Amino acid sequence: MKNRIASILLTTLVLAVLVCIPLVSGRFTVYLAMRVMLLGIFAVGYNLLLGQTGLLSFGHGAFYAAGAYGMGFFWLHLSPHPLLGIAAGILAAALLALLIGFFCVRHTEIYFAMLTLAFGMMVFSLIWNVRGITGGDDGLVGIMRDPITFFGLVKIPIQKDTQYYYLILSLFVLAVWVVRRIRISPFGLVLAGIRENTRRMEFAGVSVRNYRLAVFVLSGAFAGLAGSLEAMLESNARPFMAHWTHSGDPILVSLLGGLHTLTGPLVGSLIFVAMREIVQRFTENWMLWFGVVLLVIIMGFRGGVVGVVRQLAEKARGPRGG
Amino acid sequence: MFIWLVASGLTLIFGVLGVLNFAHGSFYMLGAYFCFTVLRHLGANFWIGLLLGPLFVCAVGYVVERFFLRRVYHLALPYQLLLTFAFVLIFDNLVKIVWGAGSLSPPKLDIFGGAVPILGRKFPAYNLFIIAVGPLVALGLGLMIDKTWWGRIIRAASSDREMASALGVRVPVLFTSVFVFGCWLGAIGGGLAAPYVGIMTPGMGETIIIEAFIVAVIGGLGSLKGAFLGALIIGVLSAFGTRYFPTFDMFLIFILMAAVLLWRPQGLFGGAR
Repeated sequence: MKNRIASILLTTLVLAVLVCIPLVSGRFTVYLAMRVMLLGIFAVGYNLLLGQTGLLSFGHGAFYAAGAYGMGFFWLHLSPHPLLGIAAGILAAALLALLIGFFCVRHTEIYFAMLTLAFGMMVFSLIWNVRGITGGDDGLVGIMRDPITFFGLVKIPIQKDTQYYYLILSLFVLAVWVVRRIRISPFGLVLAGIRENTRRMEFAGVSVRNYRLAVFVLSGAFAGLAGSLEAMLESNARPFMAHWTHSGDPILVSLLGGLHTLTGPLVGSLIFVAMREIVQRFTENWMLWFGVVLLVIIMGFRGGVVGVVRQLAEKARGPRGG
Repeated sequence: MFIWLVASGLTLIFGVLGVLNFAHGSFYMLGAYFCFTVLRHLGANFWIGLLLGPLFVCAVGYVVERFFLRRVYHLALPYQLLLTFAFVLIFDNLVKIVWGAGSLSPPKLDIFGGAVPILGRKFPAYNLFIIAVGPLVALGLGLMIDKTWWGRIIRAASSDREMASALGVRVPVLFTSVFVFGCWLGAIGGGLAAPYVGIMTPGMGETIIIEAFIVAVIGGLGSLKGAFLGALIIGVLSAFGTRYFPTFDMFLIFILMAAVLLWRPQGLFGGAR
């Protein structure tokens, strides 16, 4: 009960801070906050696959790119409506994830990772090489943020960064809420069961393959959401979104924050972006320090930052009876 | 052929240790850099560079295995992969700090400067040398695995780790030595590749590791013969791909990799293990 109150308080506090950021701080902080939330959406969705189901994918950059390019094409060729564009991006990513996932979920462990890597890089090389459609290494440029309209009645401008910030914030909250619901739903419990003991879940009559495919598509859709939002934020879509090094980001972030928790990837995104910005002030070689931190986490603190904080909290509370 | 050297180390490490080593591309890169640092500072003999450079890389590999990798064998796969990935980040950046972020061009080699005419066409001597080295290394590795005492132990440990350990093989030491040996292969690959490719950049490891993965996967992870044939297939395919479908050369290769993984995850030449 005490825990529940504490977590509600904490959530409210974080939300309040997020709402206030554009009111009190400069443009750069707002921008960084947006990047944190985008990465957070990407990672929290990805962690359904890695943390909850125990599947390691190295191809989620492809879905991120599918979201961005889906959004871009929709904006260029069909309609400038932002929400429809985002929907198109999510749909494109989910369809791609369905197609790729259909093949990938046959394998597990190392072969799953390699297959997703192969498919992801396939998407990357397609985007890179088919210049006529995707713009090659230039990507799609000049995606604008038109106002959101509802049947011509209401018009919400999102042109300014502070205005766009609230769109991202609301979708971020929505995404985290959905993922939270999924994690505690019967579906999410089955996924955790697959992670813990695949064979037993099979004996229990669960079609493991279908569940894997479903969660693959879901996490792909979240990647697509993050991708389409980034396309609007940066007003472009780049082929490197699909590259395998970008697919590594959500893995790093999840691990940094804590693998099997909901808050882990979120805290991880915050640390990842903050670290990149702070360390970059002092030295160009931030990846080196990031590698070192990663090393320390893997060697010593496998629960990630959230795990460590939890342990400390428990220690502070003293040994509990029973 | 460099890909073959990198892939052979990769597949050897995977076969025995069961670890997919992302950092292998970094060892390749370190190999190239170390070889030519030795070359530049200790007089200009290519062979000495090729001998000493990879030894440095072996030392690095020893530290990586002994103090880090050894402690995560019992953990889940993501941790092992990410540990090697962390080393990719560290090594790439260290190279940037030590040798600069720009590309370096290794000194031209005098001994292999000439061209050899074969069937009325001229081939650069260095290319011929490399073409000869690849199969030689393959032959040597094959003999070593099949015939020597060490090779027998490697085979034993890779087919049944616990049994080998029960029979008195010191598995941790064996793992370290295999890892170091794999690093040496990768580093030799880097040292040989640098004069051929003509430039060295801090990102060269990331490019080669994906190709080596593909080669190792197509041939069958853990199979040396497979890695050799895989390298040949990829070489020929990418040459033809660039010639006839320039837009889709990489795409074709990834299709091949995915197809092999789907139909024969043990690889084209990997036995059922």
